Amino acid sequence: MLVSVYRYNPEVDDAPYMQDVHIDIPGGKDIMVLDLLQLLKEKDSTMAYRRSCREGVCGSDGMNMNGKNGLACITPLSEVVENDKLVLRPLPGLPVIRDLVVDMTQFYKQYEKIKPFLINDTPAPAIERLQSPEERAELDGLYECILCACCSTSCPSFWWNPDKFVGPSGLLQAYRFLADSRDTATNERLAELDDPFSVFRCHGIMNCVNVCPKGLNPTKAIGKIRNMLIQQAT
Amino acid sequence: MVTSITSFGRSGLYDWMMQRVTALVLLTYTVFMIGYLLFNPDLGYEQWKELFSGTAMRIYTLLAILSMVAHAWIGMWSVSTDYIKATGARFVFQSACGLLAFIYVVWGVQILWGI
Ligand code: SF4
Ligand code: SF4
Ligand code: FES
Repeated sequence: MLVSVYRYNPEVDDAPYMQDVHIDIPGGKDIMVLDLLQLLKEKDSTMAYRRSCREGVCGSDGMNMNGKNGLACITPLSEVVENDKLVLRPLPGLPVIRDLVVDMTQFYKQYEKIKPFLINDTPAPAIERLQSPEERAELDGLYECILCACCSTSCPSFWWNPDKFVGPSGLLQAYRFLADSRDTATNERLAELDDPFSVFRCHGIMNCVNVCPKGLNPTKAIGKIRNMLIQQAT
Repeated sequence: MVTSITSFGRSGLYDWMMQRVTALVLLTYTVFMIGYLLFNPDLGYEQWKELFSGTAMRIYTLLAILSMVAHAWIGMWSVSTDYIKATGARFVFQSACGLLAFIYVVWGVQILWGI
C-alpha cells in the first residue's frame, strides 16, 4: 500500500513536504497505524513520531490519519485506509517540531489555566474526603481524558484562537473539577470562564466528539458549563 | 479570564444570551412579515403605509432593527476575532461594522417615523 507521510526537519528542510512510501504489510494483516509507522522507520530511520504505551493510554501518538485525528496505536488500518492509501500528518494547528511531532505548549497552557486540581479550603478530614457513589458517578466520562489533544486540534475555534479559547480538552477537564463534589472553588472557576473566548468560542461544531479516541463528549461538558454559568448569573 | 473590550457586553455569557434573544425576535418578525405578505396577496401602498403607522408596529420594527444590529455586531465581532489576525485591520473592520450599525439604526428610525 501507499503511505504518504508529512516530513519536516527544520535543521535540513526549507519547507515541509509529503514523502510517498510503498509498504508491504506482512501477511496482509490488519495492523495498527503505529505498527505501520514502525515499518516506515525501519526503512527510513530519520522518521520521527511520539509513542509510548502502544495501547491507547498515554496519549502520545495523536496524529491526523487520512484527515481524521486519532491515536495511531489503536487505529487499525482497515478503519482509515482508503483505496490502499494512507496520508499521515501531524495534529493540525500546532507548531511542528519535526515530522509527526508537534509542540503541545499551547495545549498544555490552556490545561493549566483551568486549574486541573482539587481546590478545597475546608479543613482536611483525618483520613480522606468521601464521595457517595452518585457523586463519584458525576465524574464518569470526564476523568478518562488522556490529554492526547486529538479533540482540540480538530476544533476550528481552537485553530483560530489557541491562546484564548480553552478548547474541548481543557473545558472537559474544567467541568471535571466543577462537577467534583469535593471541590469548593466552583464560583471562582466559573468567574474565570465567563469571557467571550474561554468557553463561548465553542460553536458546537462537534469535531471534538467525532474524534475523541476515548469516546468522550467535550461538547456535552461545555453545555453543562454554560448551564452552570447561566444558573449563576440569572 | 481573557479580557476583551470590543465585544458586545464584555461577558461571553451575556453575548451568548443576547445572540439567542435577538435571534428569537428576528425569527418572530420574519415569520410575521412572511405571514402578512402571504395573507395579503394584493397588497397596495396605502395598506402597507397603514401597517407601519401603528405605534405597536413601529415599536416591533424598531425592536427588530435593534436586535439585528446587536445580533450582527456579536456575529461580526466573532468572525473578526477568528479570521483577522492583524490588530489594526481588525479594529478598522470592527469600527466599520459599528458605524454601519449606527447608520442603520438612525436611518431605520427616520423611515419608521417619517411615514
Ligand atoms: S463542539 Fe466546540 S469545542 Fe468541540 S469542536 Fe466544536 S467548537 Fe470545538
Ligand atoms: S477529550 Fe478525548 S480527544 Fe480530547 S484530549 Fe481527552 S482523550 Fe484526547
Ligand atoms: S502510544 Fe500511548 S496512546 Fe498511543
